Amino acid sequence: MLTALIIFFPFLLSFLFFIFKRNSLINLAFGASILELLVCLVAFFTFQKNAEVQFPLEFSWIPSLGIKFKVGIDGISLILVLLTGLITPFIILSSANKNIENPNAFYGLIFLMQAALMGVFTAFDGFLFYIFWELALLPIYFICLIWGGENRQKITLKFFIYTILGSLLMLIGFIIVYLHTPGSHSFDWNQMVLAAKQMSSGLQVWVFWLVFMAFAIKMPVFPFHTWQPDTYTVAPAQGTMLLSAIMLKMGTYGVLRWLLPIAPLGVAQWGDFAMILCIIGIVYAGIIAIKQTDFKTLIAYSSISHVGLIGAGMFAINVQGFQGALMQMLSHGISVFALFYIIDLIETRTKTRNLNELGGVRSIAPQFATVFMIIMLGSVALPLTNGFVGEFLLLNGLYQYNSIYAAIAGLTIILGAIYMLRSYQLSMLGESSAKTNSFPELSSSEKLILIPMVVLVIVLGVYPQPILSATEPAVKSLINVIQQNPILTVR
Amino acid sequence: MKSIIILSGLGALTLFSEIINFKKWLYPIILLGLLACIGFAIKDWGAPAHHFYNNMMVFDNMAIAFTILLCSIVFIWLILAKDFLSNETHLTDHLSLILFASVGAMMMVSYGNLVMLFLGIETLSIPLYIMAGSKKNSLNSNESALKYFLMGAFATGFLLYGIALIYGVAGAFHLHTIADYVVAERGNYPMMFYTGILFILIGISFKVSAFPFQFWAPDVYTGAPTMVTAFMSTIVKTAAFAAFYRLFNTCFAGVGAVWIKMVIVMSVATLLIGNIGAIIQTNLKRMLAYSAIAHAGYLLIGIASIDLTSGNDSSSGNTIFYYTLAYSIGSLISFGILYNVANSTESDSIEAFNGLGKRNPFLAFAMTISLLSLAGIPPMAGFFGKYYLFLSAIHQGKIWLVMFAVLASLIGIYYYLKVIIAMYFKPQENLPIVVVKEYHEITIAFLLIILIVLGLAPELFIKLF
Repeated sequence: MLTALIIFFPFLLSFLFFIFKRNSLINLAFGASILELLVCLVAFFTFQKNAEVQFPLEFSWIPSLGIKFKVGIDGISLILVLLTGLITPFIILSSANKNIENPNAFYGLIFLMQAALMGVFTAFDGFLFYIFWELALLPIYFICLIWGGENRQKITLKFFIYTILGSLLMLIGFIIVYLHTPGSHSFDWNQMVLAAKQMSSGLQVWVFWLVFMAFAIKMPVFPFHTWQPDTYTVAPAQGTMLLSAIMLKMGTYGVLRWLLPIAPLGVAQWGDFAMILCIIGIVYAGIIAIKQTDFKTLIAYSSISHVGLIGAGMFAINVQGFQGALMQMLSHGISVFALFYIIDLIETRTKTRNLNELGGVRSIAPQFATVFMIIMLGSVALPLTNGFVGEFLLLNGLYQYNSIYAAIAGLTIILGAIYMLRSYQLSMLGESSAKTNSFPELSSSEKLILIPMVVLVIVLGVYPQPILSATEPAVKSLINVIQQNPILTVR
Repeated sequence: MKSIIILSGLGALTLFSEIINFKKWLYPIILLGLLACIGFAIKDWGAPAHHFYNNMMVFDNMAIAFTILLCSIVFIWLILAKDFLSNETHLTDHLSLILFASVGAMMMVSYGNLVMLFLGIETLSIPLYIMAGSKKNSLNSNESALKYFLMGAFATGFLLYGIALIYGVAGAFHLHTIADYVVAERGNYPMMFYTGILFILIGISFKVSAFPFQFWAPDVYTGAPTMVTAFMSTIVKTAAFAAFYRLFNTCFAGVGAVWIKMVIVMSVATLLIGNIGAIIQTNLKRMLAYSAIAHAGYLLIGIASIDLTSGNDSSSGNTIFYYTLAYSIGSLISFGILYNVANSTESDSIEAFNGLGKRNPFLAFAMTISLLSLAGIPPMAGFFGKYYLFLSAIHQGKIWLVMFAVLASLIGIYYYLKVIIAMYFKPQENLPIVVVKEYHEITIAFLLIILIVLGLAPELFIKLF
C-alpha cells in the first residue's frame, strides 16, 4: 500500500493544483512535497534489508493481454524513490523567488512528473513501466516549452522526438520478450526474465539494442547525447534540475532493472561495446566541458561525463559496479541539483551565466563561495564527499572487469577536477567584474536549500553505510538473476 | 438488420418531411432513431450470427460492434453538425443524404455477399459526392465533389470488375462459398483469380485512401465543408476498413501469400506519404487530411497481420475495431474544434489556432488531448490502438514493418505538436475569442472523457468479438 501512496499522492496533488487557482501556491506545494518525502522516508526506514520486493501491490489491469498493475520497492528502487522524494521539495522551494506565470500549472506538472517517476522506479510490469516512462516525458516537455528560454520550441521538440523514438523502440523490445513468455503471455518482470533465458542469442541481441537505445538516449550515452546540452541550457532552472537530478536516472535505473536481466546474452555479446560507448562519453564530454563558457552548458556536459561512468560500471556486472552505480545515482542527483541551483542564483543576481563575465565573488559573498566550494568538491569526488564513494566503487567494479577500461574511465577524476576547478576559479576567484560588484550574500531561504545539500554531501561521503547495506541484497540477487543462476529470492 | 431498416425509414421520412411540412421535430426524431438502432444492436449482442436473405447480410458480433460504433459516430456527428446543416445547407436534403450514407456504411460492415459489399459502397459514396459539393458557391467545394466523384467512380469500376472476375472463377458471390473454393483448390488458381483479388484491392484501397490511390484525399478533404470532411474521415474510413477486413479475412486468408506483401508495401508507402505530406501543410484541414492518410497506413498494418493459419482470426479484427474507435473520436474532436475556430476566424490555417490557449482554454485543452491521442502518446486511447496493432504485427513476425511505423509516428508527433505549440506559444495578435455553443462544449467534453477512459481501461473494448 505504501507504494501506491507514494505513486498516487503526487497524482492527486497534480490534479488538485491544476484545478484550483490560489495565491501563495509555493507554500502549499512545498508542504505537500514534504509530506511525500516523509512517506518515502517511512519506506526507507521500515525497509527490511533483504532482497525481497517490499510493499508490493498487484492487481490486474488489462487481463486479456497479461498486463498487471504491479509495483513494489526493492533495494534498487528504494534509492531512486528516496532521491525523487528528497529532491522534489527542494526543486519546488528553489522557485520561491521566481515570478512564475501560471504557478498552479507549473506545480501541477512538477507533481505529475514526480508521480510518473515514482511509477517508473517501482513498476515491476514491463508495460506499466513503459506507460510511466512516457508519462514522465509529457510534463517535462511542457515545463521546458512553457517556461523555457530562447529558441525553446525547436530544442524541446528535438528532445521530445528523440526520447519518444527511444521509448517506442524499447516497447518493441519488450513486446518481443513478451511474446516469448509462456502461456497467454505476460509483462510481469519475473516472467519476462524467465522468458529471456529461453530466447536465442540472435533475438536477445535485437532486444538488447532496442531497449538499450531508449536508456542510452535518456542517460545520455555518447552518440545519442546531442539533445541534452541544448535542452538543459534552454530549460527553466527547475526543469533542468528535474531533468538532470532525477530524470536522467530513469535511464540508468532502466539498464539495471530491465536491460541487463531481459537480454543477458545480448549483454554478453554487446555489453562490452556499450561500455566503450560510455567510456568515450566520459572522456569526450569531459574535454568539451573544459572549453565551455556558459556555466549551465558546462554542467550539462559534466553530467554526460558522470553518467557515462555510471553506465560503464553497470555493464561490468559485479557487486561493486552496481553498488557504485546506485550510490552515484543518489549523490550525482544531489550534487547536480545543488550546482544548477547555484547557477540559477548566479544568473538571477548577475543576469549572466558566462564564466568570463563573473569573478571575485569570494571576497564579496564568502558564504556563497564556501557552500559552492563544498558542493563542487562533492561533484569532483574528493574523498569524504558523496561523489567519492560512488566513483570509487564504480572504478573498482570496472577494474575487475578490465583494467585498461578502468584506467581510461579514471580520467573522469582528472577531467572533472579541471573543468570544475576552472569554473570555480573563473566565477568565484580573481577580480570582481562589473556584474559581480554588488553580489548579494545568501539569503535565509537560499540557505534553507543549500545547507541541507551541503550536509548531505558530507554525510553521504563520511557514512554511506545505510545506503550500501540497503542495496546490497537486492544487487546480489539481481546479479544472480543476470548470470543465469536459478532465481533465489526475487519473487 | 433493424438498424438498417430504421435508418432507411428515417431517410425516406426526411425526404417527405419537406412536403408534409414536418421539419420541427425532425432532428430529435432522427437522434432518437439512432439511439433505437444502438439499443436494438446491443440487444442482439452475443446471440449466434443472424443471416438474412440467403446470407446476403450476416449479423455476427463483429457486424454488431461496428454497427454500434457507426451509429454512435453518426449520432455525435449530427449533434456537432447541427449548425452547419441548418445554416449552410438545405436541411432535409442533407439529413436524408447522411442517413442513406450511414445505411451504406452499415451494409459495408455486415455484408455476406460481394454484391452487398458493392451496393454498400455505392450507397455510402453517392450521397458523399453530393455532400462534398454542398457549398454551391465555393470553387473548392465544387472541385472537391467533382474529383471525388470521378476518382470514386473509377475505383468502383475496378471493384466491380474484380468482383466479376472472382465470380467467374469461384462461381459465387457468397463470401463463404468463395472461401470454400480457395481452400478446395489450394494453390491451383487461374490467373483470373489473382487479377480479381488485385482489382478488389485497388477498389478498396481507393476508399480507404491508401497508397497509390490516395491522391484525391487531400484535395477532397480540404475542399469539402469541414463537417463533411469529419464524416468522410470517420464513418467512411471505419466502414471501409471493416469491409476490407471482413473480405480478406473470410475469403482470401488462404491466398495470403499473394496479397499480404502488397498490403505491407502499401502500408509503408501510405505511412510515408501521409506523414511527410502532413509536415509541410499550413492549413490544418489539409494537415488532418494527410494525417487521415497516415492513419490508413497504420490500419493497413492490421490488415497485413491477419493470421493466415488460424482460418478465421478475430484478433486483428478487434485491433482494427479499437483503432478506428480511438481514431474516430480523436478526429471528431479535432474537426469539431476546427469547425468552431474556423467559423470565428474565417480561416482553416494553423495560424488561426495561434494563442487559442488564451482565446478559449477549454478548446485548446481538448485539442491538445485529441492530438496527443492521434499522435499515439500514452495513456490516451490512440496509443493503445497503435500498441495493439504493433503487438499483432510483431506476433506475425513483421518487426521491420513495426520499426517503420514507429519512425513514421515520430514524424506524426512533429506535426501534431506544431498545432499544440501554435495554440499555447504563438501570440494571438488580433484573432477573436472563440465562442462555442454550450452543446458543442458538452459533446466535446463527453468525447474527451471517452478518449481517456478508453486509454485507462482498454480492456473494455479490445476483445469484443
